Amino acid sequence: MTRTLIQPTGPAHTRIYAYGAARGEVAVPNDDLIGPIDSSDEWIRQRTGIVTRVRALEQTTAIDLATDAAAEAIARSGVDPQQIDAVIVATISNPKQTPSVSAIVADRIGSNPAAAFDLNAACAGFAYGVTQADALIRAGAAHYVVVVGAEKLSDVVDPADRSISFLLGDGAGAVVIGPSDTPGIGPTVWGSDGSKADAVGMNYTLNEFRYGTAPWPTLRQEGPTVFRWAVWEMVKVARQALEAAGVEAADLAAFVPHQANMRIIDEFAKQLKLPDTVVIGRDIETTGNTSAASIPLATHRLLQEHPELSGGLALQIGFGAGLVFGAQVVVLP
Amino acid sequence: MAFSNDEVLAGLAELITDETGISADEVALEKSFTDDLDIDSISMMTIVVNAEEKFGVTIPDDEVKNLKTVGDAVTFITSNQA
Repeated sequence: MTRTLIQPTGPAHTRIYAYGAARGEVAVPNDDLIGPIDSSDEWIRQRTGIVTRVRALEQTTAIDLATDAAAEAIARSGVDPQQIDAVIVATISNPKQTPSVSAIVADRIGSNPAAAFDLNAACAGFAYGVTQADALIRAGAAHYVVVVGAEKLSDVVDPADRSISFLLGDGAGAVVIGPSDTPGIGPTVWGSDGSKADAVGMNYTLNEFRYGTAPWPTLRQEGPTVFRWAVWEMVKVARQALEAAGVEAADLAAFVPHQANMRIIDEFAKQLKLPDTVVIGRDIETTGNTSAASIPLATHRLLQEHPELSGGLALQIGFGAGLVFGAQVVVLP
Repeated sequence: MAFSNDEVLAGLAELITDETGISADEVALEKSFTDDLDIDSISMMTIVVNAEEKFGVTIPDDEVKNLKTVGDAVTFITSNQA
């Protein structure tokens, strides 16, 4: 007779315990980038809201940034690194495909032999990672999970590109997620639309570069197409996330959209009809667009500047290359 | 309900004023969105989405590139009304 297997179950609820952040060491003002794109400080500010973006030194890697952010989140969480049994790093920019960023980070933060894997969901990567962590814990597959969004996008920019390069920065944001007595992470509304794969992403393959038929691959986007999708389609997703969590815009303490462009953030907030009481993440002004890192970096800043947000609800939504998107309401630590 | 050319022009002028602050008097058929009215691609997309709602038409992303002048937009909207 076949024995009945043991299948694990986990706690009913999870929450975010703490945030950590690491930004590129160098603040790069618009004036440093305008030459090759024949532009001006005013042009960039008016179209993006960016005044400076942070970029990492040549020798600093996405792994270094991810390690620093994760270490801060763990220290703030009070969780012993040895208790962390899964590390998820959302990233699209590490120039070495394997080994994973996450396995090295897990070792560096003292969580070896935690399960570790990287996740490619571009600017939605952090929201995807939070979903994964919540599901792993509630399924009994992990107890404490570190989720990191980490990017060194300066490795994949083209100084002469006017579509996206001048927006991009380097950084990492991290959280520790674990069991909770009360619900701390709402249902995720997520998905993809691969029919719009050409709207944003790398312009060439590594093979084309290898065989000399293309330059080093860099990021490109169809700005107006992405803008339209990022506001009017993502507003629907944001509303679905609120509804799924059983809350309304007026219940929110904070709104933290992916920091793609200040114009997107402003239009998004307008379409969502957020009350003035909701604090909006606007980290892009001095950090730039850091893809998977942007939501935790923006939240980390909000919690530093507005400690009264602790315990409140935040709606976070990521969207980007794929196209992919993910949104959820979380309780801020 | 079908909108006339004049109604579409007046409605577009309203949307352009809302988005950019440009006076409705400056919005005329022959004006170029970029060269004359200095409307950037993001503002243009906002105007397009609002025009879709106002006039009940669909303006695909690929079509937006062809709308060089206010007159181009008026013609597209009036000829694509349901």
